[in-house]
Amino acid sequence: MSKTFKSKGTTRRGFLRGAAAAGAGAISTSAAQAATPDPLITDVQPWAQGLGDGVDTTPYGLPSAHEGDVIRRNVEWLTADTISSINFTPIHALDGTITPQGCAFERHHSGAIDLRKEDYRLMINGLVDTPLVFTYADLERFPRENHVYFCECAANTGMEWAGAQLNGAQFTHGMIHNMEYTGVPLRTLLEEAGYDTTGKWVFVEGADASSNGRSIPMDKALDDVLVAFKANGEALRKEHGYPVRLVVPGWEGNMWIKWLRRIEVTNAAVESREETSKYTDVLANGVARKWTWEMDAKSVVTSPSPQAPITHGKGPLVITGLAWSGRGAIKRVDVSKDGGKTWETARLAKPGEKMALTRFYLDTEWDGTDMLLQSRAMDETGYVQPTKTQLREVRGLNSIYHNNCIQTWWVHENGEAENVEVS
Amino acid sequence: MLKFPKTIALVALSLTATPALAEVYGLGRAALPEEISAWDLDVSPDGTGLPVGSGDALVGEEVFAEKCAICHGDFAEGVDNWPKLAGGMGTLDHEDPLKTVGSFWPYLSTTWDYVNRSMPFGEAQSLSNDEVYAIVAYILYSNDLVEDDFVLSNETFLDVEMPNQDGFIIDDRASTEYAMWTGEPCMENCKDDVKVTMRARVLDVTPDEPGDDTATLAAAEVEDTATEDAATEVEGVQTEDALDPALVKAGEKVFKKCKACHQVGEGAKNRVGPVLNGVVGNAAAMVEGFKYSKPLKAAAQEGLIWDEENLTAFLAKPKKFLKGTKMSFAGLKKDEDLAAIVAYLQSVTE
Repeated sequence: MSKTFKSKGTTRRGFLRGAAAAGAGAISTSAAQAATPDPLITDVQPWAQGLGDGVDTTPYGLPSAHEGDVIRRNVEWLTADTISSINFTPIHALDGTITPQGCAFERHHSGAIDLRKEDYRLMINGLVDTPLVFTYADLERFPRENHVYFCECAANTGMEWAGAQLNGAQFTHGMIHNMEYTGVPLRTLLEEAGYDTTGKWVFVEGADASSNGRSIPMDKALDDVLVAFKANGEALRKEHGYPVRLVVPGWEGNMWIKWLRRIEVTNAAVESREETSKYTDVLANGVARKWTWEMDAKSVVTSPSPQAPITHGKGPLVITGLAWSGRGAIKRVDVSKDGGKTWETARLAKPGEKMALTRFYLDTEWDGTDMLLQSRAMDETGYVQPTKTQLREVRGLNSIYHNNCIQTWWVHENGEAENVEVS
Repeated sequence: MLKFPKTIALVALSLTATPALAEVYGLGRAALPEEISAWDLDVSPDGTGLPVGSGDALVGEEVFAEKCAICHGDFAEGVDNWPKLAGGMGTLDHEDPLKTVGSFWPYLSTTWDYVNRSMPFGEAQSLSNDEVYAIVAYILYSNDLVEDDFVLSNETFLDVEMPNQDGFIIDDRASTEYAMWTGEPCMENCKDDVKVTMRARVLDVTPDEPGDDTATLAAAEVEDTATEDAATEVEGVQTEDALDPALVKAGEKVFKKCKACHQVGEGAKNRVGPVLNGVVGNAAAMVEGFKYSKPLKAAAQEGLIWDEENLTAFLAKPKKFLKGTKMSFAGLKKDEDLAAIVAYLQSVTE
């Protein structure tokens, strides 16, 4: 059986052509009739006759071999090398809201390091009564909490500032994941060390060679920041900061320090590399915004999309996507099929939760004509996701980060979709 | 050990006046001063955190050439996609601004701090304080911000004026954007006309081949060839000279660890490390245009040949084989990986 999915030479384009042909030929009115009996039903299949794997075959399971294309992807031309780089979550192929750790995007500044729990130390110093060192085992003895939060890289959709560039929701919007974290509130650890209430900031840094460090205002640190060691019920993966990372709900991903090793209470921001030369936003007049921490409300249609074409011809169609806001819960998502002339309100799979991904569906009938698909998120502050034109009017053309524009997919009559910009 | 942390916590509370009054658990231990000074290295814009030391651009130029230029260029102009550290003055309000230490970075402390804690790439925290001062002085000199005889030290640090220090504002989205984009949005007849103004397909920069296909194919091929080879071996036909295709394939996988710095194959270029085409069996330090470390050049002059034996020893423990090598790689631990990588490198003659 394993040979069948190793189809040599099937490129994505080949698949799209095949899918489109199948779509065109399909009968899409109600209750189709089969001309001949389906051998998958009438013939006894090997899997219905022989035996499957025993319980000792797979001590820790991987996704089905038939889902081999649902993987993180790298865009080679983006960065100088793969060590200080980013890859993309296959959001076009996922559903629900929780991102499996194994395909959740990675971003490293000096590569994903291997750090054993036994070798892990966390220091709290600076403006505190008693500078402290915790081991991993110490952290497990503090009262802990569970929360679901999205983590979005500030550069998500960054390549699209210049125009429609990459064909796939994975590439345009895949610098995001959403997990259920278990950890200790940062507040608890600060209180344990007796933080000085005149301290206005905490500087947090990782144990890797990039020593990625960011300054976080004390209000946020005491509010909802989590020192996390589990994600989706199991230990963090190496690429996400095993054994301990910081979770900074709603704020840009680079502040979620991985392999967290030190927390320093300070009077002022350190103005590290990642908060001055990077992760700042140059406006048209050359002045740059700094400390743009919050991720504004944003959404994208994940299917249909360039990597997830319509393969079934006209008739019932599920349009689905994700919405999120770093400033609270998603209240509403609207979908347009005509490039923003008219909008329909989509169904939220569950009421939006603060700083977590929300899944939306528009259950619709496709008439087989082309569509300019868009989605538009609204969060609990009343903020409405802007168009790219609106963003460019305020920020100019030289931004890299914080592109939360409305995305357009042009879905053609054959079901294929492509990334476009519209007037 | 501490069976009743809350009891301990109460004792602790009664003994010390904690500013933030909250429950404590008595977990962790006090950090020692040596531990804090080992980790608390960050430097602030006002110079807090700078250690004693000094260096000028002339010394900096030498250190930079040896430790930084491979990625950042001899004149801090940047190689390939690696960061440019100099130039770009006056471009911030132009299309595609060039953001360098000179044109963009608001504080010198950031440069010192980053070089000190994170550079060189792959060998972080290996520079002495004086070397860091010298490198930073050279970066300033490359940006025409200081003269070549300017000595940068913990005492002169704040004398340097960064051109873009006033070029930043604190996030103002709340006043410039939020009000404008809040409220009930349009649902019908929102625009008269919609035109497609740009298509990603035209630009075509999307990665082409799904990774799984190649990965699966590679795996399948390894399996197949492995079976064939096993058969050949049993028949005893395999000659010593022929490269084992399964081993080469396995070596290609191992080579992923080298790819950040080395290129092979057609069109390969020198990166952090030299091109490795035809390296096996040839004299060391032969690639044109690559700046080898002094120890490697010396070894090459003494006749070092990268035969299988030498290469295997070098890749097992680079720093032991060649003290002072620029290659920051720690070494391959497994014998089968070493055999595989050497086989793979033998296969990439051009």
